[in-house]
Amino acid sequence: MSKKTFTVTADTGIHARPATLLVQTASKFSSDVNLEYNGKTVNLKSIMGVMSLGIGKGAEIGISAEGTDETAAIEAIETLLKSEGLAN
Amino acid sequence: MAAILKGIGASDGIAFAKAYRLMEPDLTVEKRSVADAAAEADRFRAAIKKSESELEVIKEKARRDLGDDKAAIFEAHLLVLNDPELTGPIEEKIKSESVNAEFALEETANMFIGMFEAMDNEYMKERAADIKDVTKRVLAALLGVDLPAPALIAEEVVVVAEDLTPSMTAQLNREFVKGFTTDIGGRTSHSAIMARSLEIPAVVGTKNATADIQNGDLIIIDGLQGEVHINPTEEIAAEYQKRAEAFAQQKAEWAKLVNEQTVTADGHHVELAANIGTPEDLTGVKSNGGEGVGLYRTEFLYMGRDNLPTEEEQFESYKAVLEGMEGKPVVVRTLDIGGDKELPYLNLPHEMNPFLGFRAIRLCLEEQDIFRTQLRALLRASVYGNLKIMFPMIATVNEFREAKAVLLEERAKLESEGVAVAGKIELGIMVEIPSTAVIADLFAKEVDFFSIGTNDLIQYTMAADRMNERVSYLYQPYNPSILRLVKMVIEAAHKEGKWAGMCGEMAGDETAIPLLLGLGLDEFSMSATSILKARAQLKNLSKAEMEALAAQAVTMSTAEEVVELVQSIGKK
Repeated sequence: MSKKTFTVTADTGIHARPATLLVQTASKFSSDVNLEYNGKTVNLKSIMGVMSLGIGKGAEIGISAEGTDETAAIEAIETLLKSEGLAN
Repeated sequence: MAAILKGIGASDGIAFAKAYRLMEPDLTVEKRSVADAAAEADRFRAAIKKSESELEVIKEKARRDLGDDKAAIFEAHLLVLNDPELTGPIEEKIKSESVNAEFALEETANMFIGMFEAMDNEYMKERAADIKDVTKRVLAALLGVDLPAPALIAEEVVVVAEDLTPSMTAQLNREFVKGFTTDIGGRTSHSAIMARSLEIPAVVGTKNATADIQNGDLIIIDGLQGEVHINPTEEIAAEYQKRAEAFAQQKAEWAKLVNEQTVTADGHHVELAANIGTPEDLTGVKSNGGEGVGLYRTEFLYMGRDNLPTEEEQFESYKAVLEGMEGKPVVVRTLDIGGDKELPYLNLPHEMNPFLGFRAIRLCLEEQDIFRTQLRALLRASVYGNLKIMFPMIATVNEFREAKAVLLEERAKLESEGVAVAGKIELGIMVEIPSTAVIADLFAKEVDFFSIGTNDLIQYTMAADRMNERVSYLYQPYNPSILRLVKMVIEAAHKEGKWAGMCGEMAGDETAIPLLLGLGLDEFSMSATSILKARAQLKNLSKAEMEALAAQAVTMSTAEEVVELVQSIGKK
């Protein structure tokens, strides 16, 4: 399993468009991808799961992936979070 | 086949276009057991696929016609549609319980909708609506019915609907919607008021529009006569072409009066003002020569959203209207919510008789935070024009005193904070409850003006719900009982040196105008599009003669006799 933690820097947190982008990216991979926040873990391929967490600015989030393409999945998500200015 | 529907002309003008049925199909779900659960799961997946390709089309169209911003919502809808946390449990449910896909979908989606609706965060609550939208689409695919997509209309159409709700109206593309017709509704229903503010012809209350009109039928909406022609013959179409031209000509004739004052044949001046809902409506007020705003319905600021508007947002709107009117009077009605106008986010309990319930000033005096925020915004905006404030649904003198006290408190607070507030702001009330009309003489000693809200005054006086078509015959503006109440209110105002206006539909009504002039009404506030026609009519009336007419009208026994009397003046 690959795992990485980030701090959310986007003013609006992980809402609407950021959530859409994250789910779209995670869905490209066959690995199971999860998002952890505040003691809860949700499927990162589930828009409803991601939005139900209500992640705001400053939140510490963990992204984990398990499967054949887990390393690539984490990398792609990291690139997205940074290039969109969502988290670092 | 050519056919004609009769209804109520809700907004003047003639429209020709193809029919666009804006119908919510029946999406009722029944629970069934299925023998082959695997096949049922396949059917579910096929419905998802079908919905996906529909959403892709809508998304692309929205992107092209409306831009990326508007298309983003469909991007999110696509993700909801394919959300494994939604589709997984549905497929499981179909298989483990051997139930039909519709039932499994609805049960599962409702659980998510409930979860999002229960969240504290307003943004999350909105997501429930997204899930509902998506679920609806998949349900429609499973049930084999079509969903309308009004936001995507891209050719000239006449919208055909059972009724038009505010949220549906908001989605209509004004560029392409040339008119509409509905099964239900009357001159004062939301759809009718909307049509007049959009300045598009409409016929409401046809009873059968949705039953008789198919998508693509050629429709003529005759908002003048209250008729809808379905697939008219060439003769009728040609006839209407002429009438449309004649109407355009008459409008051009009226347009010459746009910068004139409203003066009767014998030199008496009255004020013709407009009813508005948003600052955008000012364009129509100006192009129609409004001498003021007689009713600014502030409810729209609170509607179509998920939380209360802030003081700042309200201030900006009020300021825009006051500045836009350039010193002409602007009568702002404080929040009139409740009754048929709901605000879901206030979570008010459902009432048996909402029109007789917790609404308007009753709500504002109880939920004072909401009221005070609005009053502060108004007071701050007062320095940008000629503001007058009125309270809706006042039933007792005490309610007025209480509301006024709250206003004075907020004024004092602002002044102590060093915020500028206009020195004199006239304070009035809506007269729409008979108890208030009956003691108008006592109110007149305390208020600066009255504005008679006839839509409600008639419904409360006649004890007839104006949304109930079966008692719509009791909506009688010309009934002598109503005329006498109006007379009492106007006389009470004048006795104390105050003014009386009217902001109900009656104020712009061709038959009522001679009577109201005769009764001494000072300000007539109506849909902006009615102003020029009313001005043209008033120019030809003599106030002295109408006084005699009104004096006679209040002694008549029935509304029919009054109408006959008024019509007789035209024949003289």
